[in-house]
Amino acid sequence: MSKLVKIIFLVSLVAIIASCGKKQGQALLASNAAQKVYVAPGEKDEVYAFMSGGFNGQIGVYGIPSARLFKIIPVFSLFQENSYGSDEETKDMLLTSKGYVTWDDSHHPELSLTNGNHDGRWLFINGNNTPRIARIDLTTFETKEIIEIPNTAGNHASPFLTENTEYAMSATRFSIPIPQKDIAIEEMGKGKFNGSISMIKIDPKDGKMSVELQMLAPAFSYDLSRCGKGPSHDWCFFTTYNTEQAFQMIEVGASKNDKDYVMAFNWVKAKACKDAGKAKDFSGVYYHNYLPENAPAVAEKMSGVKLLDPKDCPGVAYFLPTPKSPHGSDVDPSGEYIAAGGKLASVIAVHSYSKLVKAIEDKANFSGEVMGIPIMKYESTLAGEVKKPCLGPLHTEFDNNGFAYTSCFVSSEVVKWDVKSREVVQHMPAFYSIGHLSVVGGDNKKPYGKYLVALNKITKDRYLPVGMELAQSAQLWDISGSTAELLSDFPTVGEPHYAQMIPAAMLKDKTKKIFPLEENKHPYGIKSEKDARIERNGNQVHIYMTSIRSHFKPDKVEVKKGDMLHFHVTNLEQDYDVPHGFAINGSTLPNLLIMPGQTKTMKWEAKEVGVYPFYCTDFCSALHQEMQQYIRVSP
Amino acid sequence: MKFIKQIITISIILILPFTFCKKEGDGADSGTSSAVDVNGKGIGPVTKVDLGDIDQAKAAKGKQHFDTKCSACHKFEEKVVGPPLAGVTERRSPEWIMNMILNPVEMTQKDPAAMELYATYLVQMTFQNVSQDETREILEYFRQMDNRKNKRRFI
Repeated sequence: MSKLVKIIFLVSLVAIIASCGKKQGQALLASNAAQKVYVAPGEKDEVYAFMSGGFNGQIGVYGIPSARLFKIIPVFSLFQENSYGSDEETKDMLLTSKGYVTWDDSHHPELSLTNGNHDGRWLFINGNNTPRIARIDLTTFETKEIIEIPNTAGNHASPFLTENTEYAMSATRFSIPIPQKDIAIEEMGKGKFNGSISMIKIDPKDGKMSVELQMLAPAFSYDLSRCGKGPSHDWCFFTTYNTEQAFQMIEVGASKNDKDYVMAFNWVKAKACKDAGKAKDFSGVYYHNYLPENAPAVAEKMSGVKLLDPKDCPGVAYFLPTPKSPHGSDVDPSGEYIAAGGKLASVIAVHSYSKLVKAIEDKANFSGEVMGIPIMKYESTLAGEVKKPCLGPLHTEFDNNGFAYTSCFVSSEVVKWDVKSREVVQHMPAFYSIGHLSVVGGDNKKPYGKYLVALNKITKDRYLPVGMELAQSAQLWDISGSTAELLSDFPTVGEPHYAQMIPAAMLKDKTKKIFPLEENKHPYGIKSEKDARIERNGNQVHIYMTSIRSHFKPDKVEVKKGDMLHFHVTNLEQDYDVPHGFAINGSTLPNLLIMPGQTKTMKWEAKEVGVYPFYCTDFCSALHQEMQQYIRVSP
Repeated sequence: MKFIKQIITISIILILPFTFCKKEGDGADSGTSSAVDVNGKGIGPVTKVDLGDIDQAKAAKGKQHFDTKCSACHKFEEKVVGPPLAGVTERRSPEWIMNMILNPVEMTQKDPAAMELYATYLVQMTFQNVSQDETREILEYFRQMDNRKNKRRFI
């Protein structure tokens, strides 16, 4: 008996020790990566990530570190989920001088800045294809304004912000005849084509955008930009490619020069030249559309811009030679260094702002000029090079510990390097073909650091196959330690062209939860069910309708064939997260999704005699299913 | 056999109270006859209300809030989405009424009378973004309505 007890005791002891060991071992093996991305039920993420949707014309809002998708913000594209771009309130947001353009190629989200740091007010993003810039209000996460950029083809180097969001910069990707005219394409390099740099002024109070000034530029392709901070506050730095001005077989023709340029553009000087009357009135038709709170969008057709010729404003710009086809032009937190990764180069050139200032003083540092813009000698502005960092360095962001991170498209990796010594300290593999990357506050004076997201173009092998077209992907890295650590990868919606990230603490408490009914200024809004009514004006029938759990008022709508019905639906709820939907059977327009306290309008033509149900589409209560009523159409 | 008998007896003893409860609940008619709970203060920010003579100015303001934010679901003499409100100031304490307006979600989860109403109407009453002062004005409007001579009584 005692022997048996002893054996049981021993076996138990061994088992206990073994199990302890196993548990510890597993925890250690997992390397805490899973733990670091795990956000327990009910807990919240630490960071918001705003990822551009590229060719879907939208923005995805993700939580970091969980990588959960919270929301898709429609910007330049129709969004049938909530009728953005279709209902009477928002359709004019997509009006341009080219007509209704219901799609765009959205690339670079930019969070507004105060004193060089994110302030959580607005998010801007470019439409690359039909040149536009949009502003998203970060209290409602809604697109509030879109401005078209005239005299521009391909709004790629955009919308990069100055240190206090004074301006959003926009430079043309494709050079064209400005203004447009019929011209032989071979004339491109003979001064008949141009690029343009646009300064879009941003009202500090309400964020409203306006075209302040445009500057003609040589017929290169302008790629990316960053504006200076601290000492370099007055400047923005644009990369160029195709300085060869090749117009056929461009992939070869544009890669001949050993060096292209970073254009250093002094926006303060440009504004001073405009104020001194040196900019001329010039053509340019464009639309400026904005969405007042809870009212229909206002679309204004604008005409004419102030155009500056760089010859008339000496010192407004300089060209800094930079190794082959540079992509990113990224200013470090101190404002001193400008890192420009040449996508076909084997080095990352790091320019020095203070050397640029000194070099400008002595004309011996000039090696030529284009359109009156001096070209500097390479060494005169160079702080140094990161030697052989990787293949195809593209875009650089910075952390809070003096390190830079550059994405490398060709060798599919991120290289971490020391900003001051320019020594590579770590190679971080990416899967696959990374484009931009993003560090939380990575373009700020004081980056938050901690997380880096790699935005990849190719995803094969990473997820379950779903046919030929795969989701693109992002990879999350923890960069808080001395060695960066891969935490997770996740699929994204559209092409995550670029992302910006901001600590959740800066946004989450500012989020709007309802539109107060008292403040509803919509011209067709009503404040109470007692005001619900139907008004007829000829064959135009306006239905002032309310919705609340779980009914609409008026209950029934009776009209004649051929009438045009305008359903102005006000959601009377004053409770967070209780939108109501409104859909009519067989309507050619998508359903409305109406936020608490909001009014939205759907137009519906009574084309055929009959009885047509309408109903609420957003599940609202136990009686949601009963939230259905009728329109009767009589001959 | 004795054992089975015991089980049955115990079961009956255990089930009985529930049956009674259920019957009581079933008997409740459209939320208006739930036991008069005039002493219950409900759950929420309001712990004490001093009632004086009906303040007509406050009641008028209360009517405005009511028309905008409450009337879509409540009438006084008729059961619609929510319970009819005639006589509410006689059925409930002023604190309960204010807490129900200010804190409807917690009330329908924890307060017995509110839970019973929720089970009857099956629609969550919503907080309609009214301040405590505005709620007090709504209460005054209810008092004014209950003070009418031609009021139909629901109890």
